[in-house]
Amino acid sequence: MTTYILKRILMLFPLMLGITLITFTVIHLAPGEPVEMQMAMNPKVGKDARERMRKFYGLDKPLHEQYVTWVGRLVRLDLGTSFSPDNRPVLDKIRERLPVTLSLNLIALLLEFGLAVPIGILAATHRDTWLDKSITVFVFIGFAVPTFWLALLLMYFFGVKLNWLPISGLHTLGSDGYGTFRYLWDLAKHLIMPIMVASFGSLAGLSRYMRSTMLNVIGQDYITTARAKGLSERTVIYKHALRNALLPLITLLGFSIPGLIGGSVIFETIFAIPGMGQLFYQGAMSRDYPVVMGILVIGAFLTLVGNLVADVCYALADPRIRQGG
Amino acid sequence: MSFKQSFFYAIFWQRFKRNHMALAATGVVATLFLVSLLAPVIAPWQPNAINAWSVLTPPSWQHWFGTDELGRDVLSRIIYGARISLKVGFVAVGIAVSIGTVVGLVSGYYSGLVDTVLMRFVDIMLCFPAFFLILAVITIREPSIWNIMIVIGLTGWMGVARLVRAETLSIREMDYILAARCIGCSDARIIFRHILPNAISPVLVSASLGVGGAILTESALSFLGIGVLPPTPSWGNILTSGKDYIEFAWWLSLFPGLSILITVLAYNLLGEGIRDALDPRVKR
Repeated sequence: MTTYILKRILMLFPLMLGITLITFTVIHLAPGEPVEMQMAMNPKVGKDARERMRKFYGLDKPLHEQYVTWVGRLVRLDLGTSFSPDNRPVLDKIRERLPVTLSLNLIALLLEFGLAVPIGILAATHRDTWLDKSITVFVFIGFAVPTFWLALLLMYFFGVKLNWLPISGLHTLGSDGYGTFRYLWDLAKHLIMPIMVASFGSLAGLSRYMRSTMLNVIGQDYITTARAKGLSERTVIYKHALRNALLPLITLLGFSIPGLIGGSVIFETIFAIPGMGQLFYQGAMSRDYPVVMGILVIGAFLTLVGNLVADVCYALADPRIRQGG
Repeated sequence: MSFKQSFFYAIFWQRFKRNHMALAATGVVATLFLVSLLAPVIAPWQPNAINAWSVLTPPSWQHWFGTDELGRDVLSRIIYGARISLKVGFVAVGIAVSIGTVVGLVSGYYSGLVDTVLMRFVDIMLCFPAFFLILAVITIREPSIWNIMIVIGLTGWMGVARLVRAETLSIREMDYILAARCIGCSDARIIFRHILPNAISPVLVSASLGVGGAILTESALSFLGIGVLPPTPSWGNILTSGKDYIEFAWWLSLFPGLSILITVLAYNLLGEGIRDALDPRVKR
């Protein structure tokens, strides 16, 4: 078990190197130079200023040297400063946005798992009944519905028609003056629609997955044994089958990490939520390379580590692997 | 087609046609093909014909799906938009499936160092939030329909590679591969002639699901304004104006969204149908 974990940790290093290589390549697919883009937006900047910029970002050096300096700074957690007029360090920007996106998505994720597990179990235990079939239809619609369209429809009904919920941002203007309770209530109202949109699509996939693992487990011999020795169906399903059916969810949790960070572009843009998705989108649109590179690398690193943690948890939770490895 | 092959297809068809949902989905997909092929014939209006006297009119006998902010007929724009969706779906998935299949075959067949390197590359690619990667490349290069198709393809091959690798690993150990090697077949011939045909059927499933996914991604990009650029109509960019006029023109949001939903649903159900028909464990 320890050897397994150690091996996996050692494996992180080449993978991280690969991540930086791909990020670097992606950015350098660009025609022209980032500095030119920045200058184009501000015609007052003269030629020598442009040269200084080039020097500052190391753009006058050959590619491999640029890569090495970039990785060198990355190791020291220096992601550079943004090209945008505020000129702030990228790491600060990310630090400010990451909690918004992460907490929003974590709530959505909890909601997804909390709903998907019972839905999946229901579908599996009522296989081929009308219940299972209507869940399946719901699940397929969830797969196919474009999130931004869902967001638009919700905005139309709850925001415009019924005027129940605010349609953008996280706070009402002037909410700083509210009392604690009213402030939180205001925040919660702003979060309802984004969270609904964020969780709906994945809910479909998760509950489908839960259904199939549950069916798989129910078909195994030990379940037949449990039934044969006269245990109630309740005990068989919730005590014997469920424990094994829940295991693969750990891996799935690992897989959902890139979505935690990257899946938010659409709804953050639509609902004007100041999170990572919005930051990345704005960065990409204005060719703010330090921001784009920083978020790509950080997002991929977090995923890598998350996957590792998920795999280790899986191994710890499953005695068949724990004792075998 | 040999006897064995036609037998396989006959059984496949027999199982597939019992699945009514999948049959209906096939019908929808076929209709979409016809619609995009015959767009100039069936579209009631020119998709880009601006009419200042009928701006944002609700659905009527003249304009079934209403008109947009420039007085263009929404139905005609949706019909032409079907062409874009179909093209993006198929080209992107074509790229993804080709790369994935070759990587999977090579990785599974040669194993050892080649396998390790290729599979770690797959792991790395899977670490990136896919939409971020797509967004980065498209904004850095020019937003154009070709760039979209290429980028969606380049970021979507990893699942296929893993699938084909797993199939290849088990096929590689079969006797007929040994036989092929004994009579002196080259590696390339064994891979493409003997392994590929037997490893390809699960790929059909992910291809069908992939077309749906690619259509969703394209519409999201077009919606954000970095996909198919106006005036070329795409379901995603019709929805962009739908967002701007959502307070007084619901038809501008409802119909393109429904088109995306139905199309993606059809490809997903088709994929599921193929999966069930191929899976010997599913009995109907």
